[in-house]
Amino acid sequence: MLALVSPIDTPYHRLPAGAKFGALSLVTLSMFLSNAISVQLAAVIGVAALYLVVGMDFLRQGLQSLRPLWPFLVIVGIWHFLLGDPSEGAVVCLRLLAAVALANLVTMTTRLDDAIELVMKLLRPLRKLGIQTGQIAFAIALVIRFVPVMLDNARRLLESWRARSARRPGWQVIAPIFLVALDDATRVAESIRARADLSTYNDDDGQEA
Amino acid sequence: MERNITLTALFAALIAVLGLIPKLTLMSGIPITAQSLGIMLCGTVLGARRGALAVLLFLLLVALGLPLLAGGRGGLGVFAGPTVGFLVGWVVGAYVIGLLTSGLTSLPVGVAAGIAAVIGGIVVLYIPGIIGMMIMLDMSVQKAFLSILPFIPGDLLKAVLAGAITATLARARPGVVASRPAG
Repeated sequence: MLALVSPIDTPYHRLPAGAKFGALSLVTLSMFLSNAISVQLAAVIGVAALYLVVGMDFLRQGLQSLRPLWPFLVIVGIWHFLLGDPSEGAVVCLRLLAAVALANLVTMTTRLDDAIELVMKLLRPLRKLGIQTGQIAFAIALVIRFVPVMLDNARRLLESWRARSARRPGWQVIAPIFLVALDDATRVAESIRARADLSTYNDDDGQEA
Repeated sequence: MERNITLTALFAALIAVLGLIPKLTLMSGIPITAQSLGIMLCGTVLGARRGALAVLLFLLLVALGLPLLAGGRGGLGVFAGPTVGFLVGWVVGAYVIGLLTSGLTSLPVGVAAGIAAVIGGIVVLYIPGIIGMMIMLDMSVQKAFLSILPFIPGDLLKAVLAGAITATLARARPGVVASRPAG
């Protein structure tokens, strides 16, 4: 499965995931606490610089991942302009732009393994509440394995629809997608039970709590 | 235990699959993205607790950087964007849908699931969604409400479909719907 990590190797890839995540949270929080246009503008320039330091290709990739945001920025910009409050609109748009671009930067430069490791570290205190964090790690791995398999099954069902009908596939195909998946899940659950005891599974290497 | 974890992971994966397959068509050829239908089915089939956990697990994987949202979006950016409220609403919505589906046991399962999907998947879902837009886009309640209005008819249809699909699943695999044990 394709992750959103950038294939362009950057110095940010080598920073610890925890540090990147912490910095992202702090910067985003302070952006939302401030209503000064100078702060937001500085944030946008700063984030753009972080991309540009790596190179034009990386900046272009960053802009690409911002595409879903543009419609919102345009609407909010026009709305505030019509209200006669363009500076307020600029603050909202710049803040959103910087916050999303910075969050994307962390995603683009943090490998999936590192991200999972960070999450497991952050979840560790939950063990005191009796939550088996090993099960969460196990579930994450299961989903990552399931998605391509289920997607494959779904595509096969869509293909057989197309083989039979001139019309585009309709919603009726969803129930079979779920049925095939549910049958698979029953078998998967059985084979997990045959191999492991998940009730005390608490660490990535299978150690008991 | 194994079955609970497997089913939760399975439905998290199915939410992703419904967002990644090409758009399906509704009766007269209206294209729909089926991802929000997946959220509704988490609640109607898995029940409140496991349904909400499946949605949480799905969002966790999105946050970790997997492009699982409809259209291949994902990463931390979507949680800093204007639609973050709807992602929160998915979790709450799935929980409420699960509660209502199991609460309305006097009704046929498809009808109960449909009603639950309207209340949990539309009313409950849009409350955090609208609050999120108000905060992120600095909108008034009225403006935020107006901007989501065009999506309501499609969501109503999806709720009806969620009811119908839940009924089909319950008929094809008795016992699969959490709140309606087989027999």
